[in-house]
Amino acid sequence: MSDYIIRAKGIKKYFGGVKALDGVDLEIKKGEVHCLAGENGCGKSTIINVISGFYTPDGGELEIDGVSYSKMTPQQSIAAGIQVIYQDLSVFPNLTVMENLALNMELASGKKFVSKKRFREIAEEAVAKINFEIDLDEKVENLSVADKQLIAISRALLNNAKLIIMDEPTTAITKKEVRALFHVIRDLQKQNIAILFVSHKLDEVFEIAERFTIFRNGKNTGAGDASELTQEKFTYYMTSREIKETPFIYEEKPGAKKVLEVKNLNLKNGFKNVNLSLGEGEILGITGLLGSGRTELVQALFGYHKADSGEIYIRGNKVEINTVKDGIKNGIGYVPPERIVEGVFLPQSIKENISIEKWDEWAGPLGIMNEKKIETVVNEWVEKLHIKLHDINDPMNTLSGGNQQKCVLAKWLILDLNVLILNGPTVGVDIGAKFDIYELVKKLAAGGLSVIIISDDIPEILSNCNRVVVMRRGEIVKEGLTKDMDEASLAEFAVAD
Amino acid sequence: MNNKTKKILHSSEFYVGVIIILFGLLIQMRSGQFFTGNNLVDILRSFTIPVMFCMGELMVLISGGVDCSFPAIASLSMFVVCKYMENVTTNPLPFFLVAALIGLVFGILNGVIIGKYRFPALIVTLGTSSICWGVMQGVFQSREYPLCPALLSVGKAKLLTATNAETGLSSELPMITIFMVLLLTWFILNKTMLGRGIYAIGGDIIAAKRAGFNVFGTTVFIYAFSGMMAGIIGVFRACMLQAVHPNNLEGLEMTAIAACVLGGVSITGGKGTVLQACLGMALLTIVSNSLILLGISTHWQNVVTGIIIIAGTAATAIQNQRNAKKLAVKLTES
Amino acid sequence: MNKILNKDKNLTRILAVFLVCFVLFSITQGSSFLSVSSFQSMGKLFPEFGLLSIGMALALLTGGIDLSVVYTANFCSIMAALTIKALTPEGDAGVGAILAGILVALIVGIICGSLNGLLISAVGIPAMLATLGTQSLYNGFGVVASKGSSVTGSKPLSAFISQRVAGIPMATILFVICAAVMIFIISKTTLGYKIKMMGTNMKESAFSGFNNIKLTVLNYMMIGILSAIAGIIMLGRYSSAKADNGSSYTMQAIMIAVMGGIDPAGGKGNIQGVCVAVVIIQMVSTWLSMYQSISDFYKQIIWGALLLIVLLLNYYINKREVAKAAKK
Repeated sequence: MSDYIIRAKGIKKYFGGVKALDGVDLEIKKGEVHCLAGENGCGKSTIINVISGFYTPDGGELEIDGVSYSKMTPQQSIAAGIQVIYQDLSVFPNLTVMENLALNMELASGKKFVSKKRFREIAEEAVAKINFEIDLDEKVENLSVADKQLIAISRALLNNAKLIIMDEPTTAITKKEVRALFHVIRDLQKQNIAILFVSHKLDEVFEIAERFTIFRNGKNTGAGDASELTQEKFTYYMTSREIKETPFIYEEKPGAKKVLEVKNLNLKNGFKNVNLSLGEGEILGITGLLGSGRTELVQALFGYHKADSGEIYIRGNKVEINTVKDGIKNGIGYVPPERIVEGVFLPQSIKENISIEKWDEWAGPLGIMNEKKIETVVNEWVEKLHIKLHDINDPMNTLSGGNQQKCVLAKWLILDLNVLILNGPTVGVDIGAKFDIYELVKKLAAGGLSVIIISDDIPEILSNCNRVVVMRRGEIVKEGLTKDMDEASLAEFAVAD
Repeated sequence: MNNKTKKILHSSEFYVGVIIILFGLLIQMRSGQFFTGNNLVDILRSFTIPVMFCMGELMVLISGGVDCSFPAIASLSMFVVCKYMENVTTNPLPFFLVAALIGLVFGILNGVIIGKYRFPALIVTLGTSSICWGVMQGVFQSREYPLCPALLSVGKAKLLTATNAETGLSSELPMITIFMVLLLTWFILNKTMLGRGIYAIGGDIIAAKRAGFNVFGTTVFIYAFSGMMAGIIGVFRACMLQAVHPNNLEGLEMTAIAACVLGGVSITGGKGTVLQACLGMALLTIVSNSLILLGISTHWQNVVTGIIIIAGTAATAIQNQRNAKKLAVKLTES
Repeated sequence: MNKILNKDKNLTRILAVFLVCFVLFSITQGSSFLSVSSFQSMGKLFPEFGLLSIGMALALLTGGIDLSVVYTANFCSIMAALTIKALTPEGDAGVGAILAGILVALIVGIICGSLNGLLISAVGIPAMLATLGTQSLYNGFGVVASKGSSVTGSKPLSAFISQRVAGIPMATILFVICAAVMIFIISKTTLGYKIKMMGTNMKESAFSGFNNIKLTVLNYMMIGILSAIAGIIMLGRYSSAKADNGSSYTMQAIMIAVMGGIDPAGGKGNIQGVCVAVVIIQMVSTWLSMYQSISDFYKQIIWGALLLIVLLLNYYINKREVAKAAKK
């Protein structure tokens, strides 16, 4: 018997000419919480697929619980006690909790027919493992993300799991739910189950992990005890860049007019009595839990929702913002949180994605597209924002997440904006690119643009904004300068009841 | 009100059922002829074939696809067996078996293409449908054809009971066949892991793959089942009509899809039951059969069908849109 | 030249197919295929399904589908025929009656198309279901208006449609005008670009300030107009209108649009490719008819098989291109 549940040495995996994994090592001890980190495309998901038997490695040694495998099927991996909880959780929204819990087991044991009785027994056993209380007959689509996650975890435990791989489990849940999740993870650890925890968030790594492994470009860049990590080391291993954040310093110019003022804005089931102001060149952070009304508020400023009552002033003039068109006309730009679904036209060209808001203005008679102007201006912005690309006629989906996000910024910066609203601007963006984006935003603010940033990540808000508001139950519960605030008290305001 | 009754009151089955009953009462009031044995048997007769087709379509829709090819497959297999097997045997069973086999071949073709390449099912099945019609009309030069004696007896057996017992629902053969087809579909969908797999694929295909469902195999099965049933039902229909009409099933695919969706089967996959498909088909059949009773010219039939489809789908669509737009921030009470 | 060829690979491919077909047919059927009369008869036949194919392409571009195009066309042509008949009880229609008929057809087409667009965008019914419903509805309207039989009495319109200008059939000229307008709108104007963008991502389109309802209604309205013109051409060719003429055109239109390079998932493709595909299909059809032994029904097999083959080809070509892009 080995001390290690997983010992992977020199694993290689090639796709065509691309080296997804170029000889990486990963060792996980039994019953430990191990963190795996790295930027997008570093090989994290490839190694997960190798361990779970979906990919056959092109080289290296893989040993699970002391048994070495040269070729492994997903079934063998499950039999050896490996379970993966994917980021999308892999649950069936249209089926009941009971079915979601029992189906995998029943399939694995080769059952051909359905027995409600057996299903229920399995499901009850599964939820009992983590003391999870839930109505087994509820459809999964009616549950919260956190509950779905617990379903995925209980399901994983059914197969006598010895290692559970969690792929970025904390991105879609609130701080409170993260705490509950960590509680579950510690419980599992007591049962001698190892956890491979994939995450970018250093504070989480500190809190939960004992050891860490970091990849970059399909190679190991760092490994060791989590307690030895510092923010600088962590980012250096991930990016091989020394990244030093400069705090944002804002000096209010005397007599400057407020760019945006919101008075008593109300929206049913959205927010109430919101008063807000934003000066020229200010970066305002809005934080709060999911469902605190923060997204509804900024979407109302942008015109995606129409506020029920209240007033909005842009540079001192009262404006009506009822549609997105109105929002854009008043110089408000909005970068939505789910970039892939809401932020870009993935299969369309970069050029079109960036220039879209100017088409009508530049169009010739009969609405003919002004291709020449579009190309020149797009090229200018690509250069200005250092967007890495081959050709502006390539489709958007050829770019990395960070570069896509820069294109979205370019799309709004082409307009002469009053206020740029960034909702979760760095979700799914690498640390390096995240840094670039914030540096860019700070530069824009220094040039006079007013920015609103919505984020869960309180340290991110503290270091990049000069002022912050906290929302809870649709109301602003705290407002102040970031230099007077600290992380713990802000988090308290967000969750306090 | 407890949870269970609440669930029933909010189900689409409940609404469609109420609409059917109200519609029946309306026709009864206007004409006094709805609840007569004659009318009910008539409705049941025109309900028989389409509802059986609905079962294949139901399975396909649950998996997130759509099948437009079954009328073509049914017509082709029906015509081929009726024309070329008439002197081979007097036993009706082989007719059904061969037709099932022909249907199976085309069903598998659909299933393999859709399962392997994940092309839009509508477009793929339109393609195979065109091939089937072409083969039937071009290669086999289809035309109206008399039904061979072996199958005539099958049809007669049932026709006699239907006409003899004018008031009863004792037309045994179609009743038993419908019952068996519905039961089989219900059994596969609810009582087998295969059926759960169909729902799983419709819910989230990637998750289904990860859970260990054989997604490709299941997809092939779904379309193969639809094709095979089409073959059998095609011959069955010839028996019922006592003649081989190779062309008048055209357009039934749209009726079947419409019926399923009206009953509450989701067009985006993952949701639907045998009961929903039956109720949807019942509604469409009753409406189109009752126009004469209401004194409306049959010319209006397609208009009425169109309006029902639009109204039915619009109701769901409006509800979905409202849910999507609904904001759900819990504000503090003031 | 290389740059142009690379810019629109799909168009290049389909032009190559066109050339191969043309050469093959010229060799096998020499003089009868290459004759003026053969081209003239082709020119009379393809505009009706060609226009419907362009309409279908527009629907696919928005990520939708329009199953009602054929019945819209028939309903329009019935209404046009009834108008012409009503205005000329003697049976000898003048120019005024014909123009009135055409106008009525266009208005009906606009109304039918707009209704489709509204049902899809404002009400939110999936395009397949909405147009399935209106397919039945418009077919029904056609049956009711024509009392279930065919409406005749539009001879002067037939004469107008079947006349030739400089040897070119009128129907062809109408097609070329419509095709040119649609190519212009889709490839050159902001409206066309917006429609394509909306076709790839509805939600982002809303976040970009586009009015999705307006765009969808406009798009389906254009489909309605194209269907109406197809209906007028059909009325001219058959000199009668019927509710269920050309029912196989639905499937043919989808096939041609896909073959012409429109991605059924929405947002990708252009009308030029569709136009070339229309001509290819007509050439294949005419060429096949030159073989007496091949029944017309065989064409259905070929269309069905072609549709599947084109889907497969596009699949493998895309796969190869993605692999190539990854290597870059």
